[in-house]
Parts: sequence; structure tokens; C-alpha cells
Amino acid sequence: MVMHIIDRRLNPGGKSLENRQRFLRRAKALVQGAVKKTSQDRDIKDVLEGGEVSIPLDGMDEPRFRREGGTRDMVLPGNKKFIEGDILPRSGDGSGRKSGPGQGDSEDAFRFVLSKEEFVNLFLDDLELPDLAKRKFAEAESEGLVRAGYSTSGSPANISISRTVTRAMARRVALRRPRPEAIAELEARIAEETDEDKKAALVAELEALKAKAKRIPFIDPIDIRYRRFEAVPKPIAQAVMFCLMDVSGSMSEHMKDLAKRFYMLLYVFLTRRYRHVEIVFIRHTDRAEEVDEQTFFYGPASGGTLVSSALQCMHDIVRSRFRPSDWNIYAAQASDGDNATSDSENVARLLTDNILPVSQFFAYLEVGESGTYSFEMPDSALWSLYERLRANGQPLSMRKVRDRSEIFPVFHDLFQRRGTTQERAAS
Amino acid sequence: MSGLLFEGADWNFLTLQRIHDACEAVAQKELGLDTYPNQIEVITAEQMLDAYSSVGMPLFYKHWSFGKHFAYHEASYRKGLMGLAYEIVINSSPCISYLMEENTATMQTLVIAHAAFGHNHFFKNNYLFKQWTDADGILDYLDFARGYIAQCEERFGRMAVEHTLDAAHALMSHGVDRYPGKKKLDFREEEKRAGKRRLYEEEQFNDLWRTVPTGPAKTSAVLNVERRRALLGLPQENLLYFLEKSAPRLAAWQRELLRIVRHIAQYFYPQGQTKVMNEGTATYVHYRIMKRLHEDGRLTDGNFLEFLQSHTNVVFQPEFDDPRFSGFNPYALGFAIMQDIERIVKDPTEEDREWFPDIAGTGDEMAVLRDVWANYRDESFISQYLSPNLIRHFRLFHLHDDPAERAGILVDAIHDERGYRRIRRELSKQYDVGYIDPNIEVVDVDLAGDRRLMLRHTVVKGAQLNETDTKRVLQHLADLWSYDVQLTEVDAATDKVLKEYVLNPRIQPAAA
Repeated sequence: MVMHIIDRRLNPGGKSLENRQRFLRRAKALVQGAVKKTSQDRDIKDVLEGGEVSIPLDGMDEPRFRREGGTRDMVLPGNKKFIEGDILPRSGDGSGRKSGPGQGDSEDAFRFVLSKEEFVNLFLDDLELPDLAKRKFAEAESEGLVRAGYSTSGSPANISISRTVTRAMARRVALRRPRPEAIAELEARIAEETDEDKKAALVAELEALKAKAKRIPFIDPIDIRYRRFEAVPKPIAQAVMFCLMDVSGSMSEHMKDLAKRFYMLLYVFLTRRYRHVEIVFIRHTDRAEEVDEQTFFYGPASGGTLVSSALQCMHDIVRSRFRPSDWNIYAAQASDGDNATSDSENVARLLTDNILPVSQFFAYLEVGESGTYSFEMPDSALWSLYERLRANGQPLSMRKVRDRSEIFPVFHDLFQRRGTTQERAAS
Repeated sequence: MSGLLFEGADWNFLTLQRIHDACEAVAQKELGLDTYPNQIEVITAEQMLDAYSSVGMPLFYKHWSFGKHFAYHEASYRKGLMGLAYEIVINSSPCISYLMEENTATMQTLVIAHAAFGHNHFFKNNYLFKQWTDADGILDYLDFARGYIAQCEERFGRMAVEHTLDAAHALMSHGVDRYPGKKKLDFREEEKRAGKRRLYEEEQFNDLWRTVPTGPAKTSAVLNVERRRALLGLPQENLLYFLEKSAPRLAAWQRELLRIVRHIAQYFYPQGQTKVMNEGTATYVHYRIMKRLHEDGRLTDGNFLEFLQSHTNVVFQPEFDDPRFSGFNPYALGFAIMQDIERIVKDPTEEDREWFPDIAGTGDEMAVLRDVWANYRDESFISQYLSPNLIRHFRLFHLHDDPAERAGILVDAIHDERGYRRIRRELSKQYDVGYIDPNIEVVDVDLAGDRRLMLRHTVVKGAQLNETDTKRVLQHLADLWSYDVQLTEVDAATDKVLKEYVLNPRIQPAAA
């Protein structure tokens, strides 16, 4: 008998991807809850690696008619000491019977593994960029091309061959252009024909056909069609993220760690919304400098605190490298709230005049030592200043964070999808 | 016909071909198997997981529940809680066997012998499969189903299709015909029969019959009910069939979806009833083939030992108090009974001659086994062929657990002269679909009133339905029926009503 061997290994994988997506869509609310719960007690890096989640099976079950209870009879293997008529105690302490395999409702929670992509998707799903972004929308555009049917003129590179050939064929059929086969057949008949009169008639016919074929070209310029493209405005797909951090002596490792987590989240979030995201790290003591990531988080530094220096630095960088009409600008500032009192005016002026007008979003994160409670965290100098700016209608977001576990909720809170009214209550 | 098939663990497609040919020679000449043509497909672990989630079929329609199963299997596979099967075999013609690429050459030999010949022969010859499944058409049908459902999703919306499929899946276990349907009437035959009957009546005419009193005439009310039930084809235990034909407000595409699910349930129906036999057959066949290959010098001793090790794992039956115990291992039970049959046929004891006079000592074990494979299902197979010898070997005992009995669980029978028949009867009952699935029927529809659909669960041995699940299933049922649904649980022995459920349909989406 004939046997076939087929190697399926090279078939495209992910055959049940679609089913999986349907499952996730259906379980979305449940999975999202689970994702948030897991993310709270995990490191950011781990969170963004995806991983196992466990969801309650409620609503995801597949019910069937099942029976339970009643009188049961069962036959089991491995009798060692029972004889007919024995009564076994029901407790089942080893000698008694064990219940069957867990067919009951033991499966009340369902564990499975989410990929990194799925995890981040679900985690960030109900977040969005603040509607500040829309303010910029009209001006912040670039042109993109989309297909828009066909046209009669255009560049040769855009000739649509299939369209052209179809039209040429239609024209040839409509005008009854003699087919090459018909001409060939006629020629053959002339070659075979012996009767001179008939031959002459056939030759005349052939001439007529050939002339007609010549008059009606195979492809006429009127057949030619070009693919047409239209320019449509496209929102800018690039963003720059400024990370400002106070690295003065008062910032502990713990505070830096909190800041770093926040920045990472923001980065992940932005990369999902923009095709291209640049990060600029600016650290400051009483003077600011742009540094690389390593130095930013781990480089030693000490000195006083002048927040305005960082803002000035950011402003300079924006002016020299990131034209606001081309870039969506995001900034997140982390600090313990200390600032020289004399600096307040400078900070306020820089923010209101230079930075906030060009930024899509400016968040201030005040980090504190873990273990303290919010009522033990009196409003710092910087906090009061920003509070005042906000009261004047400046688009600032600000939150206080003391503990790792608060990063996710705070982040969530900041970017939560809101209604039309933009309500930003400080924590 | 000699020389080693392969050496070591590596294999390639040529090796597979050689292995197949060698197995085929043994299967046909020595065992007399009759199989569908084989198609062997080599797949990866991920593809095996894919296959798991769509009940082993190579193509299937899309539904979230398959995604759920995939996620579940994937999670346990990744954690190492679960190994994957070495193979999956599909009852189709050609018979498709999936082999995992990780298998060693020995394992591929085992798997080819097991699936491509054992299962294959069983699929082709067992009466249940012959009666209920269409091996030639199944893949085409699945292809049609997938296309049709995708089309429905496009036209009527994903949600509407999903609701219908959810409901249909919930009723899937009650979407099979348990008995072969009525044959289509053949008019010529019918005429002949009627003629014969008339002739017989004329021959047997006796005017006295007219005077024999009949029972009281049926009232018109009773006749009405009977007529209605006859028109609706009631009682009907195939719920999906009933809904497909009689649900008043289903759209045509929904009926087609029910039909698809019903057909698929029917296709798998024989597999549930022949688990022990199917696996037993395949195991017996692979064991015979591997033994022959080794005896003929086509497998090295090392390869044969590797085979024996996995074979032993496959047919391992833990005892009831073993932590690994989770019911009977169909491989172990089926294989043991078939080997026992071989022993009885070839070398019977006095006891065997008494218990199995038909087959004891007839000498041709393959003839007997082929007959067994063709004509039995698990329940009849066990009740016919579980020998006292095997009951002693497994040290089987029967427990009777009556919740009303305070003292505990009664040991009703053990492996002794008094117990053999009872144990055999009870074990075969465990494999009887009539006992496994709850007996639920549509008994009536209140056509004069609110169109309530009435179902009846005949409760056997006091085992009632699980309440939460039943409500959910009935909800689905009510949604499809689109009027109230009532389920009454009635005790089979006393006819007492134990419980009653009434569910109203949720409002159907506009598309429905």
C-alpha cells in the first residue's frame, strides 16, 4: 500500500493564535485584573517579560450536564486485604477508598502563560496619552501617501500593469482586432490553396486583416493607467522623553530606584504609542548636565539643588535638537522636593514660558523614603510651587510615591482614560 | 526482509519508510490486519499542542474554548507537568498519524506500529466506527465547517456566532444519536412488504378477532398529546437534533451550526465508547509487531529494550491506593484482556474452557481477536472477555458506596468464585455509555400554551445533576429555544419528581 510521509514541521506556526486571541478577548476583564494584581508584586523588568497569570474560571467555563452524588459502584484494582462484606470507613485514611481523579470543580482557577506582548498590551490597555496631545494635533502633522485608485497620468514607475493590460484587452475585443491565430490560420490556408482566384481573395483578406491589426495597436496610450497616491496628513510618530532627576545628596538609592521604575514604565508606554522614541537623561544638582543612562542612575554626584538648571538644560536641548513641531515632547521629573527657595521664581518662569507650552505632558514625581506615610510627607518646596502653578491652570501632573508597590497604581492613575473633563486630583 | 532497520536513535524519512514497510509486512502477513492507506506527518511540539487544542483534528473552526485549552496545555507543558503524546492518529482515510520530531527511531517504530496499524485497523473494522463515522469525508466536512462558520462570522457578527457555538458546545454531549436512524423507506420494498402482509392477513383471517374486547377508547386529549409527540418526534434524546429541526426562532445559519456541532459530536461518539478496546488493540498490535521485528533481527537488543521500557510505562496500572492511581488505564486493561484472549486461545486452562468454550483452545488467536475488534465496544468487550484469571491478576474488587449507609462503603465483591461475575458486570457498566451520560430527553412542548420546552432527566441510582452547571447549560438551551425551558429530574425507580429547573431565555442579540 502506498504510504505518504509529510513533513509538517516547516508549516507556519501559531495555528491556534487566533483561538488564543479570542480566548483573551473573552477573558479580557478577568485577565486584566490578574495582570494588575501580578504586576504589583513584581519587578518592572519581570512584568514586561510577561509570565503566568491565574484567572478565575467564572464565565470562562464550558458547562455540561454532569451528575454527582447518589449511590456509586466502582471496581478498583489492587485488593490486598478486603474480603466480601467488609465495611470501609468513609474518611479514606489510606486503607479506605480514595475519590476518583479530580473531575469535580477543582478547576476553579485557570493558570496560563501570557507572552510579553500580550502582557504589556493588557497592562497598558486602558491607559492613554493625556488629551493634551490633541492640542498639538492640528499643527503637528507630516504627510503620508496612501493609495487612491487610478489615474490617466503619472510617472512610469507607477504604471499599473494589470489595469492597463485589462483595458487594452477590452479595447481590442471591442474593436475586433484580428487575433494572431486568425492571421496564421489564413496564411496556412493560402499556402494550401491551389485555386488561383480563391487564393487571391484570401490574400486580399489577409492584407485587410493585417492592416486592421496594424491600425488597432496592442496597447494604446489611452489604455495606460497609473496608480494614484494621495498625500494625507499623518500625526507625528516620534516622541522624545526627557527624564529629569535630582541627584543631589538628599536623594537616596531607594528614591532613585522609584524614579527609574517610573521612567521605565513611561518609556514602555511611549514606545507603544510612537514608532520612534528618544530618551534624554538630564540629571542635576545645582547645575544640570545631559548624561547617558548608566551615569544617570548610578553615577555619583553631590551638591546643592537648583531645579531651574535642569529645566534650562531641557529647554536648550529642545531648542537645539527637538523642534516642537516635529516632536512630541514628554517630560518626567523626579525629585525629593528640595529646592533652593531663591530658585522658585526661575523654575516657575521656565516652566510656564518655555517648557509647558511645547510639552505634551509634564509629570512631576515626588519620591519619598519607604515607610513614611503621605500625611508624614509635608508638602515640599517644589510641590507647593507646582501646586500653585497648577492652580493657575498650567497643565502639570504630579504625584507622590514612597513605595515600589505604588508605582503601578500611580502610573495607571496618571494615564487613565478619562472623560471629557480633565480632572487631575493630586494623591 | 532482513538486516537492521536502523541503528541508534537517529532517523530520516527513508528510515520511516523502511520502518513502515517492515511493520506493514508483519501487520498484513502475520496479524492479517486490514487498514486504510497511511499518511505519516512529522510535527513539532508546538504543532502537537495545536492539535491538542482542536481535539486532534488537523483543521477545525475557530472558537475561544480551543484557545483556552491551548493556553492550559501550553502552561502545563512548559512547567513540565505534562508530557506530550508521542502521536495522534485521526480516523480518516487516508489514516493520518502525527509523529513528534523528538521521538527516537525506536519510538517512531513503536508509534507507527501502534497508530498506523493498530488504531488504523480498529478504525476501519470496528462496527461502531463503520456505523457512525465517515472516514473518507471527515476532513472535507471539517473544511466545510470551518469555512461556513467563518462566513457566518462575517455576515452575522462574531458575537452571534460565538453565542450559538457556546450553546451548541454545552449540549454537545447530548447531540448524538445513540441508535442507528430509521432507514429511508424504499418504495418498492415497502410495496412488497405490504403485499406480503395483506396475504398473511387474508390467510389468517378469523372473524372471531372482531369480538375480542379491546381496552377503553383513548380520549381525544390523550390522542392529541400522542399526535403532537409523534409529530415532533418525541421523546427525543438528541437535544441538538431536536433544536435544529424544531426550535421555532432559529435562523437558518444557526441550525446549520447546530448541525455541524452535532455531526462532530457524532463523529467522536464511537471513540468514547471504545477507549479500552482502541488503545488495547493498538498496544497489542505494536507489541506483536515489535516482538516480531526483534526476533527477525531487524531491531537491536538495545532498541528493543528501549521499546520495552516505554511499553511497560504505557501499560502500567497503578493500584487503587497508589498516589498515581487515577482510574483504569485503558492501555493496560485493553492490552491485558487481549493478551489473555491469546492465552485462552492457545493454551487454555480448565477454567478457561468452562468460561470461554467458544474460543478456548481454537488455536488461531488472530481470528478471534479480529472478530473481537470488529464486533465489540468497551462495555460488551469487558462483559464478554474479562476472565477470572485477569480479575485475580488485577486483584479487582467492587465497592458499593451508598451515601445513606452510615457505616461506610461496602466491599461487595472480590476476586473469588462468588465475585467474578459481579465484578465483571460492574466493570463493564463503568464503560456503558448508557450509564456514563445522564439520560436526558425532550418529552414535550406546550404548544397550546407558552411554548415551554419540557425535558426529563431520568435519575439512576440517585445521581442528580450538578446544579450550577445544569443551570448554565439550560440557559444556553433556553436561548436557542427562545422560550422557557423546564427540566424535571425524575427518579427512575419511583417516578418521584426530585427537582425542577425552569429557565427563561435571555434576550437574543438582534442578529439572531
